[in-house]
Amino acid sequence: MSSLFNMDKWSRLFADPEIIKGFFEGMKLTIIVSVCGLMLALVLGIIFGVMSVSKSKVLRGIARVYVEFFQNTPLVLQTFFYYYSLPAIRRTLFHMSVKEARLPANVYGIMGVGIYHGAYISEVIRAGIEAVPKGQLEAAYSQGFTTIQAMRYIILPQTLKMIFPPLTNQALNLVKNSSVLALIGGFDLMYKSNSYVCATSNICGYFLCAMMYFIICFPLARLTKYLEVRAQRNPVVKTAKKAEVV
Amino acid sequence: MQEVLAIFTRANIVYMLKGLLLTVEIAVTTIILSLIFGTVLAMIRNYCKGKLKIFSLLATAYIELFRCTPNLLWIYFMYFEFKGSQYFIGTMTFTVFTSAVVAEIVRGGFNAIHKGQFEGAYSQGFNFFQTMWYVIIPQTYKNIIPALLSQMTTVIKDTCFLRAVAITEFMWQSMVIVGQYCDTLPKICGVFAFMALVYFLINFALSLAVRAYQKKISVS
Repeated sequence: MSSLFNMDKWSRLFADPEIIKGFFEGMKLTIIVSVCGLMLALVLGIIFGVMSVSKSKVLRGIARVYVEFFQNTPLVLQTFFYYYSLPAIRRTLFHMSVKEARLPANVYGIMGVGIYHGAYISEVIRAGIEAVPKGQLEAAYSQGFTTIQAMRYIILPQTLKMIFPPLTNQALNLVKNSSVLALIGGFDLMYKSNSYVCATSNICGYFLCAMMYFIICFPLARLTKYLEVRAQRNPVVKTAKKAEVV
Repeated sequence: MQEVLAIFTRANIVYMLKGLLLTVEIAVTTIILSLIFGTVLAMIRNYCKGKLKIFSLLATAYIELFRCTPNLLWIYFMYFEFKGSQYFIGTMTFTVFTSAVVAEIVRGGFNAIHKGQFEGAYSQGFNFFQTMWYVIIPQTYKNIIPALLSQMTTVIKDTCFLRAVAITEFMWQSMVIVGQYCDTLPKICGVFAFMALVYFLINFALSLAVRAYQKKISVS
């Protein structure tokens, strides 16, 4: 612990611009993987979230199985499964050589976090949709709204308000979990810092890594809190500013 | 199918379940220790005011730091800094960052308790610690049991990260089997399916318990 205040170790860490560059490259990859993973998770989450409130029993069942299975098994296990099985599947399907069948580690990482967090996001979206009572839509229709108008002005504003705080929270967890890449040999921030520390036994590399993750995650944590507070507030009538402009 | 089943000999299953025992031990100890530390942290963050404000800020910093950095980082860090048995390293690492999460859960529980409970206890001559111990904490714990159990599933799942530092928990042991016997796709899928099934059964049972408990609370 004392090495946290050991200036000598810190200066050794910052002495070599190559090392710092490596850290930033790792951070770049972490962000790229997180963003791609979040996209995948959102797509899956919306599809399965909508499926789990549909009328069809089969669709609901499929969504349920997806959510329960992926929420109750570890992310590392899932990622390792893709890592081991996908090349073998590609080999048998496309008759590839061992080398050709290999995929870049980032693909497994994105799939891993994307599918895992997709299950959580699907639950978030289901809860958001179910939170808006059916009467809201009926009331909107009775006032002469079309379906699109009712969605735009009545349903979506209420649903999104419910969905956004847990969604940003999931984004935060996704960034943290993207460190699973380090276990399958992707060159993300975690991997870079660990290989630096292992090579030089200068533990300040971990502190720098912690700081870099903190820089990404802390704004997300704050955003979550802000959205939570905002979701508690009741809507107020907007003043007629727009009308003045027109 | 025959060749897949041939992997699951008695010796192999015992080998894997030995890892499961370590996983469960680490998870259970972590939750218990985290509940203690988390409660202390939550009390400091919530109730240190005035002159003691600095402690509240420190607790906040601790919680935010560990909630915003990956678990894997601290696993590497602890393994690098401390020496000890696998069980010790695993438990300590997980306690460090799980306490931060549990602290937020407990704090949510504290905040949900009506202010009148404090006033009532003070009016009966309880001091702060007596109020916490006899009045606030029992009510809080009763309410946060579901959240704690779901945190437990998270801990069980995240123990997989411990494989990064060669701690022989369930997944590590099973991956040894994968490495030794599995050269074809069906065999790989077979062992992974077994691992997934074991994790799934444990976590699903926990989440069912959470749901049952929540229903019981909401009825009473």
